[in-house]
Amino acid sequence: MLELKNICYSVGSQDTENSIINDISLTVEDGRLIVLTGPNGGGKTTLAKIIMGLVHPTSGRIVWNGQDVTDLGITERAQLGISYGFQQPPRFKGIRVRDLLSIASGKKLLPKAEACSYLTQVGLCANDYLDREVDASLSGGEVKRIEIATILARNSALLILDEPEAGIDLWSFSKLTETFGQLHEKHDSTMIIISHQERIISLADEIIVISGGKISHRGAKDQVLPNILANTYGCCPVMK
Amino acid sequence: MMFNETDSVLLEKIADIKGGEIKGAYNIRKDSGCASRATTENIDIVTKTDKAGIDIIIKPGTKNEVCHIPVIITQTGLTEMVYNDFYIGENADVTIIAGCGIHNCGGEESRHDGLHTFYIGAGARVKYVEKHYGDGDGTGARVMNPQTVAYLSEGAFLQMDTAQIKGIDSTRRDTKIVCGKDAETVVTERLQTHGAQTAESNMEIVLDGDGARGQVISRSVAQDESVQIFYPRMTGNARCFGHVQCDSIIMDSAKISSIPAITANSTEAQLIHEAAIGKIAGDQLLKLQTLGLTEQEAEDRILKGFLA
Repeated sequence: MLELKNICYSVGSQDTENSIINDISLTVEDGRLIVLTGPNGGGKTTLAKIIMGLVHPTSGRIVWNGQDVTDLGITERAQLGISYGFQQPPRFKGIRVRDLLSIASGKKLLPKAEACSYLTQVGLCANDYLDREVDASLSGGEVKRIEIATILARNSALLILDEPEAGIDLWSFSKLTETFGQLHEKHDSTMIIISHQERIISLADEIIVISGGKISHRGAKDQVLPNILANTYGCCPVMK
Repeated sequence: MMFNETDSVLLEKIADIKGGEIKGAYNIRKDSGCASRATTENIDIVTKTDKAGIDIIIKPGTKNEVCHIPVIITQTGLTEMVYNDFYIGENADVTIIAGCGIHNCGGEESRHDGLHTFYIGAGARVKYVEKHYGDGDGTGARVMNPQTVAYLSEGAFLQMDTAQIKGIDSTRRDTKIVCGKDAETVVTERLQTHGAQTAESNMEIVLDGDGARGQVISRSVAQDESVQIFYPRMTGNARCFGHVQCDSIIMDSAKISSIPAITANSTEAQLIHEAAIGKIAGDQLLKLQTLGLTEQEAEDRILKGFLA
């Protein structure tokens, strides 16, 4: 179980303090699939990074499976079963897809069959990709799918995915939603997915809308989606 | 062939020779003498009579043979200049594994300077591998200054892979490759320096004939206070294609200069150069940490991949 207790994050000095996350508390039970959605700049990615340890909260506590992990580093949290898929994954000159999957799995050299199963789940063929470097020769969509494959290879108890659909073509996206759905059906992992895609939102047990650094709505899809659509244009009189 | 432990470590590091076992032709030079040699029906190795060094003569049409010619220095204060000439017959297809290892436990400088000259016949394919490595806890410097010159006849191919693994205090590498009609060369240079080491690499690729192709891939990592200077130059004198790519990772208080130059003496020459120097990207470190590596493990893995 993941518990976020009064998480705040702000930047700047005391005089010009800019609050990014403003007192968010949240509990996610094991095996749940939660979708974080909401307007750009609302604080979704920051909140996800705070859970992984990529950003340290100004105040508040993060408790994972009963252990306070607020002061633990990224590596320690990863070793406790938290994994994170970046919205814009980095590229590596000289590191092959198979190397990255091996690191993710914790094995010296991941067997081809196992690597193949992770790549297939994101719509990539192992024969074409295993020995390719994760460098600029890959498209944004390919790097993104490899990123998700590394998360699958971790077999983590908590998967955090930041806009996994971004940059991915329609055909691969369909495969991806199928994979997320299957993962969720097993209930082995807790999943927190930042997304704006209705097909991913429809997989969620609960939708949480983050706006202005706060939770503005939360609930089941049928309750929350109409609210999101109604507030799409905010207070802008021209767009309304 | 029996070697002591120091020799064995050096030979394994520079030429992947394990337990003294070598297949095919070889010449092992140790402390300015010939420690061991073997030839084959197709590869002859002859000691020069006018100066230090050997001639390696490979018959035309020789296929899939490997020739090892490593050099090791274990005496402090030893310096040498060695001339090795390679005559590769037409349509041969061979691998040559060179390399130099210095173990210096004393207070004096140990130095190996070498000039390797290749004459590669028409249609021949050569893979040339050269690794440099130094160890020993002496205060004397470990110095290597290798020069490589290669002349490629029509349709010849030279793949040159060089790597300076660690422990070389000072190096100056000079490489010149001349490609004739339809000849091609691919040069991959990997260099890692640390401490107060210095490394300079001067490279000149001359694309002389129509259809010639040249590619230079240079990857380096400079740590601590080490200094690296690269001068890769590509000259196109005919209808040819050349590409120079230099990537460096800079760390700590190191300094790197990369000064590529391309010169076209023909309107049909297509030449490209790219050079980049930067520290390890923060998002790369963070990504590997999210996969469970510590920051130090992540850094090591990034460097290992970059120099692989």
